[in-house]
Amino acid sequence: MITATHPVETKKNYLNAEEGLKSWLLTSDHKRIAILYLISVTFFFALGGMYAALIRLELATPAGDLVESNVYNKFFTMHGVIMVFFFLIPSIPAVLGNFFLPMMIGAKDLAFPKINLLSWYIYMVGGVFTLYVLLSGGVDTGWTFYTPFSTSYSNGYVIAAGLGIFINGFSAILTGLNFIVTVHRMRAPGMTWFRMPLFVWAHYATSMIQILGTPVIAVTLFLLVLERGLHIGFFDPAYGGDPVLYQHLFWFYSHPAVYIMILPSMGVVTEIITTFCSKKPFGYTFIAFSSVAIAVFGFLVWGHHLFVSSQSIYAGLVFSVLSYIVAIPSAIKVFNWTATMYKGSVRLETPMLYAIGFIGLFTVGGLTGLFLASLGMNVHLTDTYFVIAHFHYVMVGGAIMGFMGGIHYWWPKMFGRMYSQVWSKVAAIIIFTGFNLTFFPQFILGYMGMPRRYHAYPAEWQVLNVLSSAGASILGLGYLIAIIYLLYSLKFGAIAPPNPWGATTLEWMTDSPPIAENFEVTPVITQEVYTYSAEEVLHVV
Amino acid sequence: MQAKPFELFPDAASSIAGSVDGLYAYMVLVSAFFSLLIAVLIIYFAVKYRRKDDHVPLPVDEHSIGGMILEIVWSVIPLGLSLVMFAWGASIFFTESKPPADAMEVFVTGKQWMWKIQHNEGAREINELHIPINRDIKLTMTSEDVIHDFYVPAFRTKADVLPGKYTTEWFRPTKVGEYHIFCAEYCGTKHSGMIGTVYVMTEPDYNKWLAAGSGEGSMAEQGQALFNQLGCGNCHASAFNKNLGRCPNLNGLFGTTVDLKDGTKTRMDETYIRESVLYPQSKIVAGYDDIMPTFKGLVTEDGLLKLVEYVKSMGTKNGAQMSAPPLATETSATDAKTGTPAKAGAAKTSAAPAVNVNRPGNQ
Amino acid sequence: MSSPAAAANVRHHFENAEQQKDASTIGMWIFLVTELMFFGGLFMAYFVYRQAYPDAFASASNKTDLLIGAFNTTVLICSSLTMALAVNAAAVGKKALLIMFLVATLLLGSAFLGVKTYEYHDKWVHHEIPGQHFECEGCKDSGHASLFFSLYFAMTGLHASHMIIGAGYLIFLIIQAKKGKFTPAWHTPVEMFGLYWHFIDIVWIFLFPLLYLIDRVHK
Repeated sequence: MITATHPVETKKNYLNAEEGLKSWLLTSDHKRIAILYLISVTFFFALGGMYAALIRLELATPAGDLVESNVYNKFFTMHGVIMVFFFLIPSIPAVLGNFFLPMMIGAKDLAFPKINLLSWYIYMVGGVFTLYVLLSGGVDTGWTFYTPFSTSYSNGYVIAAGLGIFINGFSAILTGLNFIVTVHRMRAPGMTWFRMPLFVWAHYATSMIQILGTPVIAVTLFLLVLERGLHIGFFDPAYGGDPVLYQHLFWFYSHPAVYIMILPSMGVVTEIITTFCSKKPFGYTFIAFSSVAIAVFGFLVWGHHLFVSSQSIYAGLVFSVLSYIVAIPSAIKVFNWTATMYKGSVRLETPMLYAIGFIGLFTVGGLTGLFLASLGMNVHLTDTYFVIAHFHYVMVGGAIMGFMGGIHYWWPKMFGRMYSQVWSKVAAIIIFTGFNLTFFPQFILGYMGMPRRYHAYPAEWQVLNVLSSAGASILGLGYLIAIIYLLYSLKFGAIAPPNPWGATTLEWMTDSPPIAENFEVTPVITQEVYTYSAEEVLHVV
Repeated sequence: MQAKPFELFPDAASSIAGSVDGLYAYMVLVSAFFSLLIAVLIIYFAVKYRRKDDHVPLPVDEHSIGGMILEIVWSVIPLGLSLVMFAWGASIFFTESKPPADAMEVFVTGKQWMWKIQHNEGAREINELHIPINRDIKLTMTSEDVIHDFYVPAFRTKADVLPGKYTTEWFRPTKVGEYHIFCAEYCGTKHSGMIGTVYVMTEPDYNKWLAAGSGEGSMAEQGQALFNQLGCGNCHASAFNKNLGRCPNLNGLFGTTVDLKDGTKTRMDETYIRESVLYPQSKIVAGYDDIMPTFKGLVTEDGLLKLVEYVKSMGTKNGAQMSAPPLATETSATDAKTGTPAKAGAAKTSAAPAVNVNRPGNQ
Repeated sequence: MSSPAAAANVRHHFENAEQQKDASTIGMWIFLVTELMFFGGLFMAYFVYRQAYPDAFASASNKTDLLIGAFNTTVLICSSLTMALAVNAAAVGKKALLIMFLVATLLLGSAFLGVKTYEYHDKWVHHEIPGQHFECEGCKDSGHASLFFSLYFAMTGLHASHMIIGAGYLIFLIIQAKKGKFTPAWHTPVEMFGLYWHFIDIVWIFLFPLLYLIDRVHK
């Protein structure tokens, strides 16, 4: 059904175009940079996961008996810092976005390949700072670095941790800048805005948040470092400052940052669902504009993290109602994905399992967000395990399910090999089960009132905590299986055809793995996007 | 507090708990409905439209099933349902945010890692709060160091406790019993140890407990002693001094609106008194010069609360409650009573302001 | 757009020089947007605290040296002019003029930084650096006046660090210009740097009134 021109003989691709470590470390090929990112974010994911395991191990018993409380505090801080800044934020954009955004719009590369490489190096420098913090004794402020604790009372390596995140921020800014310019100026002839795959739209919206939000967290951490390092006061009341201003500045970025994590995942899920239903996504324009709406409204809701912080109650009202409005575009997406399956031709391959899992878990994560957006309910639930459960449903159930789905969807394209269909389905089901067992009990714990960041807790909550810890071990096993069969497939997997899933977007119209220049000749797009019907074959000239 | 059996729902022991639980029930129902709807549809579609062979069916045109109408329907219905959540939550929040005027006052000072609680009548306790049932209780709270948060799950309410300002929280306990107090804002190493117990007692039991309490005198009396000890009365008129004219007469001032030198107005409340003691130059009352020195570093947060309470007690110009004799110096003595950690806290508060030493002779 | 010089500078992934130039321009503007948000956080902190402690801010801002601030503002505006002239010289292909204006920009920028250093030193001598030894003679409400100086140093410091990075890049541009790299068809780096330089200038145009001027009337 799809015709594409690729010679039969084995030929050069981006993986073997050049040899040697130097050719990787100095590459400007977006695909190779994506692989560099894939290796680095996987490393940080494993590291952050290790801390999660230690947290759950400690919480298996009510008494704080595994480690001292100051060590436990470092565990959850390092878990948060690593997972948020060094895994979730770069994961999909810097790996899958980097690799496929240019290919999907028919470009040879991102607009600024050298800046792209630079952003990886910046990310690594930020990562080195974080590793330094980790090896030298850690930091115990929580990933939110609330003042005045972080600036005047903490004994941890706050400055190094702050600088690590500050530096890492520029990596995200440069990636976002690169994506926006690429989408504006690098589209192939005929690739109009509304012929772009929805994955590209999601990344465009994500990039807007990255370039507008990240500088604010950078300057906030800069002030934090000045206050802690040089006693130049901004936030500590002992210096005349106001700690709530820090919280405003912090959440002005950190709430939109949630959308940096989830929007790309939504883009991935849209691609997977359309491909495995062989059907144009229901409501293309609604999905596209809901991404943009989330990016815009996402900037106006940060104050819902401050309902109990002594913020004015009228500010609370405005932030609450806006938080409900930002929920609507997400609801639109969920309904459109579901409707896409209606009368589709559904194949339950591994990526589709992850996509379906994503919809279910994200729905729960999003709906529990409504609880927290409600002022009266938030007073009871904020800073409890309900919040932990809610954002893990969005971050792990949403963002990571999307990341896993995307990796499984594009793995054949990235490496030219197929992975085990059986093992991958087994792993997907284990991950889904383990995830729910880990985090669902935490909703109940949260409503019971168990505060977050507690090293020890009242004995009546042990049963639910043990369930959660048991779920975490199952979840960890699922990820481990996935890493093993994926690595195995690199050498022993079956050779992947150019378009194993029968997808219609441009990245499938070239070799697996792609050549260094992506396409033999610049594609000219003459069809609407996601044209599955036999009569309207996509021609790559 | 005795161990509790395994349970899935928290105690509801305040007047607000019922309405929070009601809203919770509504939200759980809406969430369960939509989660199940999506789950059932996905599973149904996945089974019903599963590809049987390699035949790819011709896709349906989305317009044929009324795409636009569907989009509007599934935008508007969730919006409507969630605006109900908003309005319902907001109305509970307004109740939570406005303490009743006649509420019984209790003062809470958070510090790493303990709760110091002072009752108006003078009783003091650590990590415990004894209160009578069916009375509105208003907590006025501040922190000596980092941000804490006073959380009682059974009352369904919490509020951050910040250094440098006062926050309030109120509840009306409706069930006798013992309930958890948690610090809900991460505050450092022993955050999870910054816990305590609320004892909700019957009125007679509470009075018995109060009577057995300390004989240090009421908050206002202790505040008056401190007021004299710091020499505030030398300038500010009190029951013992006549107004010398250089400083505002504090009698009958609390709760009024005062004109400031820069032409603005401010309400004479707890926060303003606190600010005036620590940063006397920031808001000067119209008609006076900025001759007041700062007392930053000289008075603890506990002491500030007592001063506030004393000034409040001057609300009526009737000198009845001023007739109490001056008491012995209290500031450091009372802190020492609370145990050693209090000393460390006092050292911290007096050390930090050294950064901004403000000479009394600054004018 | 098909002169050999332009074509030589088109990187492999662009179709033509025009696409490349468009990409650079959009990229630079987006970068400046991020810079705006970067300074925006500081401006927000300034407005919040100024609103909360107007007297402290008024008296502290009177401690800044108006004359020096005005002088530096003039210097910076002049450097923006020379930078604009440099871009023009590059566009019309006058190499000697381009180098001359770039050098002039560098000198003016350095003069600004020199004066700024003197100002910082002056603050140091007068203990007007927030922290343990902070003093502010004649300040009202010095507990909050130190916030003004915290913001003063953060804002002007961040601005100055942008100037230093700019000066470094100017040296690089001067060397490139000497080598004759820039032609009327391709002088994108000069043009992009011009945008950056004007941006720094504009930031100062806001900093000067906020930190030096706004409360003079209060005296």
